[in-house]
Amino acid sequence: MAASDEASRPFAGLSDVSISDDIAVEGDISVPVGPSARRDDEFSTLDEPVRETVLRDLRAVGKKFVHVLYPKRSAALLRDWDLWGPLLLCVTLALLLQGGAADSDYQGGPQFAEVFVIVWFGSIIITLNSKLLGGTISFFQSLCVLGYCILPLTAAMAVCRIVLVAGSGPVSFAVRLAVVTASFGWSTFASTAFLADSQPANRKALVVYPVFLFYFVIGWMVLTFSPSQ
Amino acid sequence: MASTNDPFQFHEFEEAGNLLEANRDATTISIEDDEIKPEKQRQAAAFSPAGEDEDPLASDDKTELLSGQKKSVPFWTFEYYQRFFDVETHHVKERIIGSVLPWPGKNFIHTHLRRNPDLYGPFWICTTLVFAIAISGNLANFLTHLGKPNYKYTPEFQKVTIAATAIFSYAWFVPLALWGFLLWRNNKIMNLVSYSFMEIACVYGYSLFIYIPTVVLWILPYEWLRWCTIVVALFLSGSVLGTTFWPAVRDDHPKVIIAIMSSIVVLNALLAVGCKVIMFYDVDT
Repeated sequence: MAASDEASRPFAGLSDVSISDDIAVEGDISVPVGPSARRDDEFSTLDEPVRETVLRDLRAVGKKFVHVLYPKRSAALLRDWDLWGPLLLCVTLALLLQGGAADSDYQGGPQFAEVFVIVWFGSIIITLNSKLLGGTISFFQSLCVLGYCILPLTAAMAVCRIVLVAGSGPVSFAVRLAVVTASFGWSTFASTAFLADSQPANRKALVVYPVFLFYFVIGWMVLTFSPSQ
Repeated sequence: MASTNDPFQFHEFEEAGNLLEANRDATTISIEDDEIKPEKQRQAAAFSPAGEDEDPLASDDKTELLSGQKKSVPFWTFEYYQRFFDVETHHVKERIIGSVLPWPGKNFIHTHLRRNPDLYGPFWICTTLVFAIAISGNLANFLTHLGKPNYKYTPEFQKVTIAATAIFSYAWFVPLALWGFLLWRNNKIMNLVSYSFMEIACVYGYSLFIYIPTVVLWILPYEWLRWCTIVVALFLSGSVLGTTFWPAVRDDHPKVIIAIMSSIVVLNALLAVGCKVIMFYDVDT
């Protein structure tokens, strides 16, 4: 290649302004440089089967679920945030909270929209709070963490509904109380493992308290769900 | 003593300290500064080691000298609101403790806020109070009807909205009205002390903290207990507000003083009793 010739004759290329024919200067710009290689990949994702695309997102969501179940600090998790998981969990939780003691003349439990509003507005307010206190985490990363850490409470809701099928006496209440308390503690612990790092040490408690309140309210909604009889 | 008018005269250190205080407290005159300085020294000895207290004081003085006034950022930027969250955990703790232990001489704003009002405390105290009222109202109803066969427990979510509206409007509109009224009186009578709106809203927010344990105690279904706790909480919260606003109105016409102080207490009482009545009445359906 002309490049090696040029290297062996220093400064010789300065007088040589003509381009030798074996360097391809026309055709597509697909020389092995970084950005165009990625552009090729992006074009090719249009051609991949839909199942591949869906599975990729599902795998990302599933990986984050595992991270919530075994919380340890992971910078990669915070970098690749997504809001599919929180949406899925919020819809599941809201659906499970339906079909409660909904007497026709007295609405007892939370409506679907109320659960949505509490979860999303609550997350947004907590995120704003942590950013106002000077946190280094970004807006959507924080929403992502808070949404994913609802997973233990959603699981607890499913368990509570199963327990309520068996009966609704004091024993079932004690079991439900234990399950909800454990999952509330788990949620708070998992989310503070991710969120508290982004704050200076003298404000950690100020950021953790709203998270505690948020999961407490959701846990309360889960615990006080009573089925229609 | 060196005259304060001559800028070229060398000032003694204490007087320089007074001048710095005067520079920071743009709205107070020097009579007040003598009250502030020993109060701060007392507070420094009482609450934290002097070194910890001097550092924010020294850096405050430095930034004030270097940049003049606090730099004004337009209110539509994020940084404008970040100013009101410039607190640390121990600040919030001290302010909460100060709001439940009123002391006749101590002024909450001067002792605790020290020109750094925050929105964190008021907002989260109000939110916690809203949820505490809703949850304990539900629990109280449940306990009252425990054992009755016809009662089916229903969590009543519309109470959350009622409680939220009442508490947040108390925490925002009453300070607004009070601030406006004090501003109007300030034009008529040269007061020694004037508070900014944020400081008034901050005091009101922190004064609601005593109601959180009160509301939790209301779960127990004893009427006498509920009325006792209301009286105690009202007394504590009212005294915090009273000792805070007394310096602002004491030089006014006696009728105005009575009007302001009584309206502060009456509105506080209305909030407390209103919450109790609405959330905790026996539902016999």
